[in-house]
Amino acid sequence: MIKDKVFFNILRFNPDNDKKPYFQKFEIPFIRKDLTVLEGLYYIQQRLDNSLAFRSSCRAAICGSCAMHINGKYRLACNTLVLKLKSDIVTVRPLSHMAILKDLVVDMKPFWENYEHIKPYLIPGKSLPTNGEQIQSPEERTKIDVVIDCILCACCHSSCPVTALHEKYFGPMAFINMSRFLSDTRDNAKEERLAIVNDEYGVWRCHTVFNCQEACPKDLNPSGSIANLKMEIVKNKI
Amino acid sequence: MIYHDAIVVGGGLAGLRAAIELNRHNVKVAIISKVHPIRSHSIAAQGGINAPLGNHPRGGYDNWEKHAFDTVKGSDYLADQDAVIRMTKDAAERIYEMEHWGCPFNRNAEGKIAQRPFGGAGFPRTCYVADTTGHALLHTLYQQTIKYKQASERKEMVIYEEWLVTDLVVEDGICVGVIALDIISGRLEAFQAGAVIFATGGAGRIYGNSTNALINTGMGMAVPYWAGVPLKDMEFIQFHPTTLVGKNILITEGCRGEGGFLLNNKGERFLEKYSDSKKDMEVAPRDIISRNIIREIMTGGGFDNSYVHLDLRHLGEEKIIQRLPGIRDICMEFAAVDPAKDLIPVQPGQHYTMGGIDCSTECETNVKRFYAAGEAACVSVHGANRLGGNSLLDTIVFGAIAGSNAAGHVRNSLDKKGEGALNNALKHAEQRIDALCKSASNESHTDIKIALNKVMDNNVGIFRNASKLKEAVNEVKTLQERYKRIKINYTGKRVNLNLVWALELNGSLDVAEAVIAGALAREESRGSHFRTDFPARDDTGWLKHTLAYFTPEGVRLDYKPVNIGPFEPKERKY
Repeated sequence: MIKDKVFFNILRFNPDNDKKPYFQKFEIPFIRKDLTVLEGLYYIQQRLDNSLAFRSSCRAAICGSCAMHINGKYRLACNTLVLKLKSDIVTVRPLSHMAILKDLVVDMKPFWENYEHIKPYLIPGKSLPTNGEQIQSPEERTKIDVVIDCILCACCHSSCPVTALHEKYFGPMAFINMSRFLSDTRDNAKEERLAIVNDEYGVWRCHTVFNCQEACPKDLNPSGSIANLKMEIVKNKI
Repeated sequence: MIYHDAIVVGGGLAGLRAAIELNRHNVKVAIISKVHPIRSHSIAAQGGINAPLGNHPRGGYDNWEKHAFDTVKGSDYLADQDAVIRMTKDAAERIYEMEHWGCPFNRNAEGKIAQRPFGGAGFPRTCYVADTTGHALLHTLYQQTIKYKQASERKEMVIYEEWLVTDLVVEDGICVGVIALDIISGRLEAFQAGAVIFATGGAGRIYGNSTNALINTGMGMAVPYWAGVPLKDMEFIQFHPTTLVGKNILITEGCRGEGGFLLNNKGERFLEKYSDSKKDMEVAPRDIISRNIIREIMTGGGFDNSYVHLDLRHLGEEKIIQRLPGIRDICMEFAAVDPAKDLIPVQPGQHYTMGGIDCSTECETNVKRFYAAGEAACVSVHGANRLGGNSLLDTIVFGAIAGSNAAGHVRNSLDKKGEGALNNALKHAEQRIDALCKSASNESHTDIKIALNKVMDNNVGIFRNASKLKEAVNEVKTLQERYKRIKINYTGKRVNLNLVWALELNGSLDVAEAVIAGALAREESRGSHFRTDFPARDDTGWLKHTLAYFTPEGVRLDYKPVNIGPFEPKERKY
């Protein structure tokens, strides 16, 4: 049965005024079958409290802007249907392990630094064809199918207990993107890339708790990428 | 005051490509973007990007001339043919470049870039990355941007994320910089620059039923419009035939390219009933299919008087998972529909702004040192109707051209100009925001936005006529008056979405006014602009571009000729 209202319990924090974050409860006096958490946030921002801050852009689960902690799990607000949460209360917190700039908006600088650290661009190494593409068979191309869909939303980063402990830890997002380039037959920097992740704060610090895999809204498997990277490091040392 | 040799506003495909081109010419560049570049709307492009590579078994005789002809015909002859030829000649080089930079294009059996058929194209020439081509391209370009950033010794590549540009500052016909608001801190800042490129995307969110990201408010078109740069051909708005009912999320043309059917409530492929889609059926151009879907619904062939079905079931689960995985996710997450087993409920929705900042084939505008590229610009390569797969191509071709021309200018004359004008503009922007925050009135910008969306959906949609358009003119005028009395309830500096949205609504209203004025004046039907009171194309009277100029009293229209090249205008038949 569709209920006639839902409550949003939102973590609020404005570092200019507040000593510490607090929860604020809002009532949305209607609920549709396809109401998303993001639409709920818009309703609250526009109708109940104009000071609420959050990020959003595509509202179609591809831009990665609106990742947040919703009823116990990191997910995208835009493709999370309120009714699917099966709860009268939607509890929303910002992403973790990053400073809150305001309410649900966090400072993602450490996350972007992790991304930049792994040299996230193709390093071809050999001469490129002057008028044409590099040849890659469909089978070779299939290898990167499972690693190119990352939307850089930081759900994995926020769910990781190691990221929580060590600011310098590269985090699951960096590893899955590293394996994206290592699995690409056009990339020619294997040793350099393995050396980057074979670091004190690299793959070996992963505790293999699979939180990242469970959190990924694109059903990607950073844990698997980490295991592969470890294996590649070992194989290449031998 | 902050100085950069060149400033690119917008961090989507066109903006990043322009910034990279500037850096390749050893020009220091700053990108100013309202969102982190990776959150730009380019990310949402699905089906693919056109280039006459001839990699498909049926594409052997394709070449840039045929691509140009299809584009001009698709545009209903309103595109400038010199611009189209430039784009199709550069297409292959730009695509190979993206491939060399790591874009993970799907491959054919020979290991070359795979291509699929798309609407209005004589050959299968749409290169793709499953159904997330925009995501793959934007990630690739952002990755290259990082490479350039890491190679910077003296801040040669700088990115200002989450800054909203509020003003373009022009002195004596020369662009000297921009004013921008740091959304996070609430600080306004003047940016002086040797050249400015706008690549701020489309204005889809002046409509409610739009596939566009929520950020596409049209502000990026309004800012130069306010500064005296005309907007061109704004009445040409593309309605994509297949958007998911309810949320209007894009369901790519690739679904039909791969063999999907459109069905009415009797389960018939109804496109065969209409003369202009009888031959090409589901791969006819977008304007034609959108109109025929609405006609089918209006004559009782739809569901709930609002949608039809897209059938992918016969493609089989394996092909759907391999070629259309994003569509499968969207259908399952947002509509609880599995395309391998169920029919997808689809309806036409606003999708693309063919018009935009008036610029030349060299991306130059009527203001010196000010350039435009991508969906924000109107070169024009899309004319009255854009072909699927040509917008992504537009972004990287003209992004590179804008970057190269801006670089040429900056390298030749590096004089810092307009400090007085910039300081003045900054002061004015501060006063404007201050006045908004102190307003004692009580109009809600949300209500005005909803009313704008409603009138655009209802009166300025696929089928237009004089009386509906006149109604829209009056309604927008009323909304502009109401806008003068809006109140900002929250006046804090830090991440003030209330203020940002209110500022942008001003842009949305003025851009909408230009769209409606152009549509009311153009008494003919061409491409996406269909007037039920003038259902025929009129080349004698209307084979010309509309120019909309901002004046404090409202929009002023002017016209200029279309560049006709080798392709003589003739009846557009498919």
